[in-house]
Amino acid sequence: MAVAPEKPRIYEGTHIPSPIPTVLQVPPELRDSDDLLQVNFGPNHPSTHGVLRLIVDLHGEHVVGLAAVVGYLHTGFEKNMEQKTWWKAITYPERIDYLSFQNNELVFVLAIEKLLGLEVPEKATWMRMCLAELNRIHSHLVWLGTAALELGAISMFWYCFRERDQILDLFELVTGARMHTRYFQAGGLAEDIPRGFFPEARKFVEWMPKAVDDYEALVDRNAIWLERTKGLGLLSAEDAIALGQSGPVLRGSGVDWDLRKAEPYLAYDQVDFRVPVYESGDVWDRYKVHMDEMRESTRIVGQCLDRLEGMEGKPWIADDRKVVLPPREELHTSMESLIHHFKIVTEGYRVREGEVYVAVESARGELGCYVVSEGGPTPWRVKFRAPSFVALEATATCMQDALVADLIAIVGSLDTLMGEVDR
Amino acid sequence: MVDPARVVEACVHLRDDEGFNFLADVATADYLGWGSLGVAGYIGTADGRDLNAPGSQGLERLPEPKPRRFSISYHLLAIPSGRRVRLQVWLDDGQPVESVVPVWPTADWHEREAWDLMGIRFEGHPNLTRILLEDDWEGHPLRKDYPIGGEPVRFSGEE
Repeated sequence: MAVAPEKPRIYEGTHIPSPIPTVLQVPPELRDSDDLLQVNFGPNHPSTHGVLRLIVDLHGEHVVGLAAVVGYLHTGFEKNMEQKTWWKAITYPERIDYLSFQNNELVFVLAIEKLLGLEVPEKATWMRMCLAELNRIHSHLVWLGTAALELGAISMFWYCFRERDQILDLFELVTGARMHTRYFQAGGLAEDIPRGFFPEARKFVEWMPKAVDDYEALVDRNAIWLERTKGLGLLSAEDAIALGQSGPVLRGSGVDWDLRKAEPYLAYDQVDFRVPVYESGDVWDRYKVHMDEMRESTRIVGQCLDRLEGMEGKPWIADDRKVVLPPREELHTSMESLIHHFKIVTEGYRVREGEVYVAVESARGELGCYVVSEGGPTPWRVKFRAPSFVALEATATCMQDALVADLIAIVGSLDTLMGEVDR
Repeated sequence: MVDPARVVEACVHLRDDEGFNFLADVATADYLGWGSLGVAGYIGTADGRDLNAPGSQGLERLPEPKPRRFSISYHLLAIPSGRRVRLQVWLDDGQPVESVVPVWPTADWHEREAWDLMGIRFEGHPNLTRILLEDDWEGHPLRKDYPIGGEPVRFSGEE
């Protein structure tokens, strides 16, 4: 049986490289050394979670210099969204972060609703919360599976993808699509919740805590896993805040900060859950935050189901005919509904002039959406504050005194997703 | 709204005296052609709606004019009190602004992105290079005058 190494001590003072905070420069005494080797890690490497390129300077096994090069997945989502009507643009955010798609969809829809001043029915709020939490578990599962795979724990990948598939089945049941569901509309949900959802979701809520126990049983006492995660990739609380870190990275560094508690959106103030915080700021603590969050999210999903089951027959979308598509059956009988439908589909609805910044806690941290509206049928400017983009900025700080083999563990633990980094 | 010359001063004040220790985002916007769409359904004139022009796609009403072409919004957050503030700077085309990297290291990539996609120059930034696009890219795509679909095709035989 393996014994956990001692709790690592977090460094004092700041470790952020200077003058460029995101680039680790080779120390001057090593610059002329013959043992210095510059290696390209990526952009096409199986453990880069997308297409990330790291230019690494190695001195023997030690990483002495590091610069991240991003942009290989830049697709111009923000520019594209400016060309689309508001309701067509909702499909774009999901593809930015393709693992945490419903949270991305949610933040944009919330921004539209804030500009419109639209009231959302209770049922839609709770269903959004339910799906957002399922989506968080989904994203964490993919992270855990792939991060463990990179460290050699191959079986973890299969177990995580088994549960992930159950979640995707639930999404398919509700929305008809396994990923990129586009289920949230400005004003509520696209369709009512199908009746079969509740028993299936209940089964999952019962199953999931046991599955998380199994994952922990698999690696928590594994000597290789402990050696490769404990005390590595250290990031202190002050440095994490200065570097704008959020989500599991920030909470793994001992900062008790979760937007779901701090600025409750949807109905997070009405559910009971705990925010996991760990102190040491290493890879292990980030892993533990992910594990605990999966348990807490499962609890939230359970509470959402309790509330939603009593809401059968209630409206799932706001009754505002200038924004929301009229019910399908009305199109055959009502001239006015037909006109509304036609106008919304062809021209799109107009959103009041203004600018808003809305932030939600996505699986990776603070996901912000800054939207400017001119008062027309298309957004004037959409800007996403992508948590992965910011998380990658911490690579240089975390990589100090690391070995090349730890590089993969550390980059993996920051839970970055290149689609979101490059947008 | 802050004078571009005093943005670092304002940021240091907000960080040290007001407790806004967390820079969430640096968002830029280009307001070239703001309001030029006109009023929908009618021909919009300076003093309101005039002739009925059904089917035109435009705005509800003419928007408030903006002071300059570009805006930079610094979205700040105070941990743990949870207060948020938006600091806004207005710039003309080609006008530089001081970098806030010395105040918040996280601004590094945000400002590089703003330079890359919007063409706003940050003075005092330690490494102001393109981040998302290639180093030899021409133009700044998020500007409103950047052509859509006008990307040149390399090795097309025309050169």
